Amino acid sequence: MDATLPILILAIPLGMFLVLGLAGYKMSHKMAGVLGCLGMGTTLVLAYTTAFTYFFSGSPEFVSAAGERLQAVIFNHTWLAFTDKLVIRLGFLLDPISAMMLVVITTISFMVHLYSMGYMRDHHGVFERGFQRFYAFLSLFSFSMLGLVVATNIFQMYIFWELVGASSYLLIGFYYVKPSAVSASKKAFIVTRFADLGFLIGILILSYYTGTFNFTELTSAPVEGLADVFSVSETTAQSVRSIFESSATPVFLGGSVLTWALVLIFMGGMGKSAMLPLHIWLPDAMEGPTPVSALIHAATMVVAGVYLVARLFPLYLMEVSALEFVTWVGALTALYAAIVACTQIDIKRVLAFSTISQIAFMMVSLGVARPEFHHGLGYMASMFHLFTHAMFKALLFLGAGALIHAIGSNDYTAMHGLRKYMPVTHWTFLIGCLAIAGIIPFSGFFSKDEILSSCLGNSTFIYIWMSLVAGLTAFYMFRLYYLIFWWKEHKIPEGHHAPHDQPWTMSLPLVILAAISLVAGFIPFGKFVTWNGHPYDFMAHFDWSVAAVSLCVAIVAIVLATAMYRKENDLPAKFRAALPRLWTWAHHRFYWDELYLFITHKIIFDRICRPIAWFDRHIIDGTMDAFATITHAASRAIRPLQSGQVQLYVWWYLLGALALGGITMLCLL
Amino acid sequence: MFSNILIWFVVIPLLMLAGLGLCRDVKQVRAVAVAGSTALIARSVKLLVDYLAIRAAGDTAPMLFQGSWTWFAPLNINLAVGVDGISVAMILLSSIILFTGSFASWQVPQPKAFFLWLILLSTGVFGFFISIDLFTMFMFYEVALIPMYLLIGVWGTGRKEYSAMKLTLMLMGGSAFLMLGLIGIYYHSAPAGQPLTWNILEIVNNTIDPAWQRFLFPMTFVGFGVLGAMFPFHTWSPDGHACAPTAVSMLHAGVLMKLGGYGCFRVAIYLMPQAANELAWIFLILTGISVVYGAFSACVQTDLKYINAYSSVSHCGLVLFAILMLNTTAMTGAIMQMLSHGLMTALFFALIGMIYGRTHTRDITKMGGLMRIMPYLCVCYVIAGMASLGLPGLSGFVAEMTIFVGSFQHADMFHRVFTIVACCSIVITAVYILRVVGKLLFGPVYDKHHLELTDATWWERFSTACLIVSVAAIGCFPNFFSNLIKFTFSPEIFKVLGM
Repeated sequence: MDATLPILILAIPLGMFLVLGLAGYKMSHKMAGVLGCLGMGTTLVLAYTTAFTYFFSGSPEFVSAAGERLQAVIFNHTWLAFTDKLVIRLGFLLDPISAMMLVVITTISFMVHLYSMGYMRDHHGVFERGFQRFYAFLSLFSFSMLGLVVATNIFQMYIFWELVGASSYLLIGFYYVKPSAVSASKKAFIVTRFADLGFLIGILILSYYTGTFNFTELTSAPVEGLADVFSVSETTAQSVRSIFESSATPVFLGGSVLTWALVLIFMGGMGKSAMLPLHIWLPDAMEGPTPVSALIHAATMVVAGVYLVARLFPLYLMEVSALEFVTWVGALTALYAAIVACTQIDIKRVLAFSTISQIAFMMVSLGVARPEFHHGLGYMASMFHLFTHAMFKALLFLGAGALIHAIGSNDYTAMHGLRKYMPVTHWTFLIGCLAIAGIIPFSGFFSKDEILSSCLGNSTFIYIWMSLVAGLTAFYMFRLYYLIFWWKEHKIPEGHHAPHDQPWTMSLPLVILAAISLVAGFIPFGKFVTWNGHPYDFMAHFDWSVAAVSLCVAIVAIVLATAMYRKENDLPAKFRAALPRLWTWAHHRFYWDELYLFITHKIIFDRICRPIAWFDRHIIDGTMDAFATITHAASRAIRPLQSGQVQLYVWWYLLGALALGGITMLCLL
Repeated sequence: MFSNILIWFVVIPLLMLAGLGLCRDVKQVRAVAVAGSTALIARSVKLLVDYLAIRAAGDTAPMLFQGSWTWFAPLNINLAVGVDGISVAMILLSSIILFTGSFASWQVPQPKAFFLWLILLSTGVFGFFISIDLFTMFMFYEVALIPMYLLIGVWGTGRKEYSAMKLTLMLMGGSAFLMLGLIGIYYHSAPAGQPLTWNILEIVNNTIDPAWQRFLFPMTFVGFGVLGAMFPFHTWSPDGHACAPTAVSMLHAGVLMKLGGYGCFRVAIYLMPQAANELAWIFLILTGISVVYGAFSACVQTDLKYINAYSSVSHCGLVLFAILMLNTTAMTGAIMQMLSHGLMTALFFALIGMIYGRTHTRDITKMGGLMRIMPYLCVCYVIAGMASLGLPGLSGFVAEMTIFVGSFQHADMFHRVFTIVACCSIVITAVYILRVVGKLLFGPVYDKHHLELTDATWWERFSTACLIVSVAAIGCFPNFFSNLIKFTFSPEIFKVLGM
């Protein structure tokens, strides 16, 4: 494939960032917005073309004769050569998941660009201050995210991983005058930075033993015994696996080097994807403008962790204990976030916890994926859920943005009964809720069903666990839906005009995303994305019993939510009174934030940083000063000897002469 | 003599000194400073181009543009010059910082005297980087250190006499060790019966007796290490920087501290590799402590300059740390870190000077929300911060990653564990940088009087823009710099170590 298109896909958003960043302040607001949308629109077209070419052109570069989808490196430019083998290259890797991600990122990003044209103004239609900066940062983010997914080597991924972190920081802190936004952005950056430390060490360990950063080389070794099943040629079954099987690699704390490397790399993913216990930054990140939450903190950046594990999946398969770690982190996070989401009152935080929980679904799905079961169904399910989740979660966030924009508050107690005033938002939001709850035929049903099927293939316990979480998902989403759009009638205060639907720039993305959420489930995903590139028809193996169970769970949960929240009643209060401890803990998010505050402030700042600073000033510097003081004191002490009195000098002279004479005498004797 | 391009790096500053002597008003002083530093930049770019051309033509001599002029024959002291990729990079760095520093001190009081001392200092710096004769190298080193006392003592702020004295005494203490070390090297520079020499290229051909190496290596390493802010000899740095005027802070953190790292490599490691290999572990522990300790200390400081001084302790610790890894990649990373740290710290100190010039305080608890008031300076500050915490695309990232990857390739487990310890600094750096950015630039305006302040003037914009472009250039095209430096690590010293 010609490299022009891929280069442009990366170059346009970067160029847009530079143009808007350097010259934006001279442009009118509208001009900057239109420019940003045009740039992203072009990128969207190019990315679609690229993905279409990859999936449908049938060129031998992309599909082998056996119908297996291949990884194609479109270009790979040396950026920094550490040694002959360890080289950071900036390249463009096209394979099923990167092509899919190109579609997801550009779609959501374009929708958000368009939506922000309406959202980032006040009620009189005046653009917000820093509008150009907003579009510049959006472009920077899109560039970084696109660079991340097409990375050809793990270090390129790390580079763009850091860049998405920085653009997320800049966008969360967009309203930099608000102290809460500033501290949220700081928290997000530092927590993910801490996770990235693990990622970096993982990369170092991996590169030390394998001597390469390239994904193709790292993941080329197939899993034992599967070579014949998947007709992978034996010749590729070399390097990486043999390195880790040789006895030369040490064992540390019961884990092999590879396990440690993979767990550390996964730690990076835990940070970005907000897995327990590194999830605390994501709910706070909602301080950013809502379109940013939709783009970065729901649809794209937060799934980078899932993408990372998927990218290195063949490597993870070599070390099943690492995959089990992924599963358990995912399962715990999914349940935790779902419980917390049931008790939050800030609409965006409910959605944030919902995002955490849904990403955990994808993680679990990857964790339970085994080639033996339905040809690695979990991998495909995870990517499918990533795709559908991006669409319906962006939809929900943008819908929430429309509500916040109309009401002027994040708190849904200020909303209630809005369905009559904002019909477009209402219907699209409902579609989003149905999709995430997993009701047939909405897209979430299909992807979640695949995830649950693959869980069942791995362990019944995980299956039951995740089904329970799926039920909770339906419950909290409909709780949110009823509390916003039903509950009690909305009373408009005197002198205020009624809340109303938004301009077309905001409605259009909602409608488009709702349409996608409605039909995306029917995409035969297995034909496009599987772990080893071989098409797999899930529908042919569709398990109706799993589907029926998950559907029943979702419906029961929705019915429960309807009973509790459709009309104002005292059921929720009773419920709360029945489980006071659980409710309080869940409402306070199980006190994770307090724990972190304690560790960072009381332990790291007060017990490490301050003592070190004190030690430096008083002990180290004190010693240096002491040298000076002692020298000074010594010179003061001997100063009287140089008094200028001749008599004294004579005395000293005589004493010295006598002493010398005495010593000489002694020596001679 | 003047046909040698390197001599001009000493001659131009000397001509500037003469020119400054004739100046009558501030405009002439500025003209001389700008003209001279532009000439130096032009020369260093020419040097870079010529150097690359000669290397491309296949010349593999360790040093190019060599020249030697006898100075004191009885002791075989020569003014011997020569450069390799590292020196070329350092010369380029020094001239960029001198150039931007001249703009940053546009409105300094008593400009004539200030620039006289500043240029004298740079004479020493340039002389140091071009010398390959240990004696002249040491002489230029001292020339660079002494003016610091006056520059801080006269033009400084706060407890300037104390700080100036402390800085000078501690660095002189280091010099004492260094002098002993250098004289020791001189007496073992040639096999018995042959004339002794100060020339590095000649000494390196003669392996110094390992027993003496074990004695002389710590002498020279600590001697230069004091200037490289190695724990526990770093305490001159926070006080010195805090009291120094803007351009001096820039030049000091940007260039002078690099003399330490450069000297450690050029003298201690290059001439005594066996001892370096044997004793590296002691200094690895010390520099490893520097890296983490400096970063932790920076987290709780409230004075902007203290924060950056401790941050420099951490970043320069990484330079010495990487040099001690004794492999090409890590050492390349060390030199890149010197370049990167030089530029971004100069940028930091320039910005702090400009902010201090407006708000008259450097206490971050007494400022806030400056982004609304002086957007240009604050955006620059954010960029400098991002460079410091290692954002890809800016210089800090490539330097640190080269160091970490290189160090982690070391075959010894001890070295790899310490690399992981050093890696932790990337998190702590993020903490203190974002803490300052959040408190100083963002949030509501703290002091209503600050609302009347103005944004950067043209010379301030120019000076910071030059530095940002340089930082971004290294960050975006690291392979150019990496190759420039990497070639220089002559395989000889690794051969000695059997690596």
